[in-house]
Amino acid sequence: MRRALLISIVVAAACSAERGQAPSPSSTTGFSSIPARHYGLGRAATSEEIAARDIDVGPDGAGLPSGSGSAAKGAELFQQKCAMCHGPKGQGMPPAFPQLIGRDPKAEGFKFSTDFKLAHTIGNYWPYQTTVFDYVRRAMPQLQPGSLTNDEVYALTAFLLASNEVIPMTATLDSASLMQVKMPYRDKFVPDNRKGGKDVK
Amino acid sequence: MTDRTTDRITDRTTDLPPEPQKADDALSRRDLIAGAAGAIGVAVAAGLPLVAGGQGAKAPAPAAPAIPPDPTKLPGKPTTQVGSRSTFVSPSRAPYGETVGNSRAPLQDLTGTITPADLHFERHHAGIPQIDPAKHTLLIHGLVATPLMLTVDEIKRFPQVTRTHFIECSGNGREAYREPKPEMTAQKVAGLVSNTEWTGVPLKILLDEAGAKKDASWFLAEGGDACIMTRSIPMEKAFDDAMIVWAQNGEPIRPEQGFPLRLLLPGWEGNVSVKWLRRIELGTRPWMTRWETSKYTDPLPDGTARQFSFDMDAKSIITSPSFPRTLTKGWWPVSGLAWTGRGNITRVEVSTDNGRAWHDAELSPTTGVKAPVRFTYMWEWDGKEAVLLSRATDETGYVQPTRKALINVRGIGTDFHFNQIVGWKVAADGKVTFHGET
Repeated sequence: MRRALLISIVVAAACSAERGQAPSPSSTTGFSSIPARHYGLGRAATSEEIAARDIDVGPDGAGLPSGSGSAAKGAELFQQKCAMCHGPKGQGMPPAFPQLIGRDPKAEGFKFSTDFKLAHTIGNYWPYQTTVFDYVRRAMPQLQPGSLTNDEVYALTAFLLASNEVIPMTATLDSASLMQVKMPYRDKFVPDNRKGGKDVK
Repeated sequence: MTDRTTDRITDRTTDLPPEPQKADDALSRRDLIAGAAGAIGVAVAAGLPLVAGGQGAKAPAPAAPAIPPDPTKLPGKPTTQVGSRSTFVSPSRAPYGETVGNSRAPLQDLTGTITPADLHFERHHAGIPQIDPAKHTLLIHGLVATPLMLTVDEIKRFPQVTRTHFIECSGNGREAYREPKPEMTAQKVAGLVSNTEWTGVPLKILLDEAGAKKDASWFLAEGGDACIMTRSIPMEKAFDDAMIVWAQNGEPIRPEQGFPLRLLLPGWEGNVSVKWLRRIELGTRPWMTRWETSKYTDPLPDGTARQFSFDMDAKSIITSPSFPRTLTKGWWPVSGLAWTGRGNITRVEVSTDNGRAWHDAELSPTTGVKAPVRFTYMWEWDGKEAVLLSRATDETGYVQPTRKALINVRGIGTDFHFNQIVGWKVAADGKVTFHGET
């Protein structure tokens, strides 16, 4: 009883800004002080239900499925399923359909901040090869998302990495060999150092 | 107010209302024709563009305006099930793109701080999914004691909170930053921001229900659209002010805003407030999804790119007067919106001489933290050329920078987070155009 009362007080306090009181600084308006309580709503999800949705692949390779595909096979698939939007050479139709393929020598200094015409292709920019696999599997092709087999996703990933000169065009990828790949510009990404205050960063 | 009307009437000329169905509609039809002709005349005289923001905006067909010469001399219209705007008022978003697209809020047509839900900006990457709320569920799994499956109705039974927060796309203002042009409207310059009242459950409460484990440091939020949008979020935000919302301005969230469930991460770039939310997974590192690697990263002049740059820094824009208005000499309210993802706006200054002198503007009472204020500065225009600017300061002491200062630290090619000072040039003939080179 006492606990329930406390919860309602905290929730009410958290909502005080909507009651015409002056809002307090943002650091004190979060919900972190609401005490934990079990409401018994919802039900335990089954492992099948989780597996049906949990298709994500992490940068450490977690979630990569079995299967494999060659860059050569991926080249065929790309022309069949991707080229109508991204162009036969992966040149894209920006902004809706981004350029995927291309290693611009100007990208070597990673000078995207001074040249907004420099394309953020997979080879020029993307820090993780697992992102290619994950996104193609979950979202592509745009008109038939989720229609590719895992072998096809490996093949397309291999083709996209090969055509971006990250791996040889003779390569075949599976979960182990995909994790041997290192993207050219992986180390260019840094955490956000903005914190408010006087400095413009 | 009157200019708002004439701005929007122009849209009707491209999309005339249907023919009346009955003979007794003849009067309204006659008035309609006269009204439409009048609208065209106004548009031509004012030299207004037929398309708002030059983005292919098209207003929905308005009802026939049956305006009697003297409304006090006959009874008015009956009550209706759903209200509608005056036939003289038809603000419209500026849609761009089809499956992958956005539509900007008509900032120049809005007053106060709340955005009507049907004018809240949109951004989506694989179209707007049509979802049956009775079949929609939210899965919470990963580093939790009990993986939970929750229906929408069950989520609505947890403690509810209602808060007002802005959402801003972190690409908002890119064109005005990179290539400012005089004929840009406020909608074009900054229409990817909106502010509404949201109702939902603190994410913290749902995480307690599932039993979040202490070693979880990041969570993945996943939407139920056709690209199954995913973003990685630090757990600190989950236990701070994150919410899972289902209502907006008192009604269920609209489909383009995430019906039936949306993650809301106040003050952070809009992309992370994942719409059509269907899954939350707790883990120990970010997933490096497409949206936090190839997009939504900020290239910097030192040859790096900033990643997970969530916070939206302080920003403001004068929404009135703005292009394509024409001013006459005399008093004008210089009015606009200011907001910060870091808490509250503490000060907005207005300059009428291109930044030489700054004057404190009046601020409306705030509707909450991470919600915009409306600022107003009364200005008497003397008929000479002027440049109107606004500059916001937030509670951390951060002052909105000039475009030059931002380019200096980020470069012209940086891709997101454009919060530079912008303004409007008033020519000696009263014509107002965008002034982006600050």
